[in-house]
Amino acid sequence: MENSTHKLEIFRGFLKFKSNQTKIWGVLIFLSIVTVIEVVLGIVKPEILMHTFLGAKIINWIFIILTLVKAYYIAWDFMHLRDETNGLQVSIVITLLFLIAYLVFILLVEGNYIYDVMYEGFVSWNF
Amino acid sequence: MSSTISTTEEEEDLWGGGNKPFRASYGKLMMWFFIVSDALTFSGFLVAYGFSRFKNIDSWPIADEVFNHFPFLHGVDAPMYYVALMTFVLIFSSVTMVLAVDAGHHMQRDKVTFYMALTIIGGAVFVGSQAWEWKNFIKGEYGAVETTGGQIYQFVYKDNPRKRIGLEEIAYEIPDERLQHESKKGVWFYDEPNLPSFTIEEIITGFNSNSDIVIKTEKIDKKGHKIILSREESLEQINQAKYVVEGANLIRNEYGNRLFADFFFFITGFHGFHVFSGVVINIIIFFNVLVGTYERRGHYEMVEKVGLYWHFVDLVWVFVFTFFYLV
Repeated sequence: MENSTHKLEIFRGFLKFKSNQTKIWGVLIFLSIVTVIEVVLGIVKPEILMHTFLGAKIINWIFIILTLVKAYYIAWDFMHLRDETNGLQVSIVITLLFLIAYLVFILLVEGNYIYDVMYEGFVSWNF
Repeated sequence: MSSTISTTEEEEDLWGGGNKPFRASYGKLMMWFFIVSDALTFSGFLVAYGFSRFKNIDSWPIADEVFNHFPFLHGVDAPMYYVALMTFVLIFSSVTMVLAVDAGHHMQRDKVTFYMALTIIGGAVFVGSQAWEWKNFIKGEYGAVETTGGQIYQFVYKDNPRKRIGLEEIAYEIPDERLQHESKKGVWFYDEPNLPSFTIEEIITGFNSNSDIVIKTEKIDKKGHKIILSREESLEQINQAKYVVEGANLIRNEYGNRLFADFFFFITGFHGFHVFSGVVINIIIFFNVLVGTYERRGHYEMVEKVGLYWHFVDLVWVFVFTFFYLV
């Protein structure tokens, strides 16, 4: 069996589980905590996090980072990418990261530009 | 002897076939190919959503004001709780799936059966929750009016701008009769569209006579709140209204920008379809486990492959949750 051995460490070895099952429950707890933090932030919306930073509100940056953290643990532990070869991990992650980052960059810049054109143009869009 | 064998295995015959690239089986690699391409499809959807949102950054609907329903809490403003619950359901069904995969590695058929069943139930609960969410979204709660320029005007109390007012409270009933369209009176293939509950004249008349009501526009101020007009401005603007909008469809919706509902339907619909097909595939695998197909085959790799797909669906939901409901 190629997958009979699992790597049982998460957080770079900070937490080491005894079996694969306990690791799964541990990851579930971690993902739940992250989700709860997201939901609480989304409901409370602390005033201090509503300032704009690098083109988006700080709270939105927090949401995006937490989402990527969740995505990492789902892919690495639930989809067993942690147990795959380095080559497979890299081919999946680099492909997605590169293409999606490019798509995000190009379309968001374009959307922003169109907003400026509509906002500063001499055509009223509210007629 | 054993050392000789291991060296021949290390010098693998690249052109002789039977190799496993990345030491993963063919089926798993192909599932990863599918997942990567499907991830690009979803990112295309989500980035298109971001594009439209950036394009209408000053008038995009605020998700907390749209998705604020919770079962059995009628009329209570409960933003986010329901989607958070859905997220937990999906994450939990992901966990039962990965436990099934784990049990499969140990060839424990009963455990695989049990966890697969739980996963199917979780997926079904999620799809059902999404259907309920869609029902609320399509039905709408308060209703709004739309101007010729496509702006949505909602109605709130002047003293309490957080509280919205339904159209039925505003409308001043003007008795009129709906004429049945008959083929002898015109082109026979014209159909009769569904009419909203109130005509625009009834809304405008009622609005003008009730001085407690003001208009909430779809524009957003610097702090991220919707701009609410004064009574005088509202009286001026209400004459721009051309349509009564109740709920949402692909053309217009009472929440704001038309694209918002379109993206909601397409993104959550596409994801919901993935969950649905995942449940169907899970059921097939579940019955295969029951009849012992994988026991005879000697390994439970099929469970692992369908598990990959199932986790991917969960992964996508994490992103949809963030970009549709949180950001």
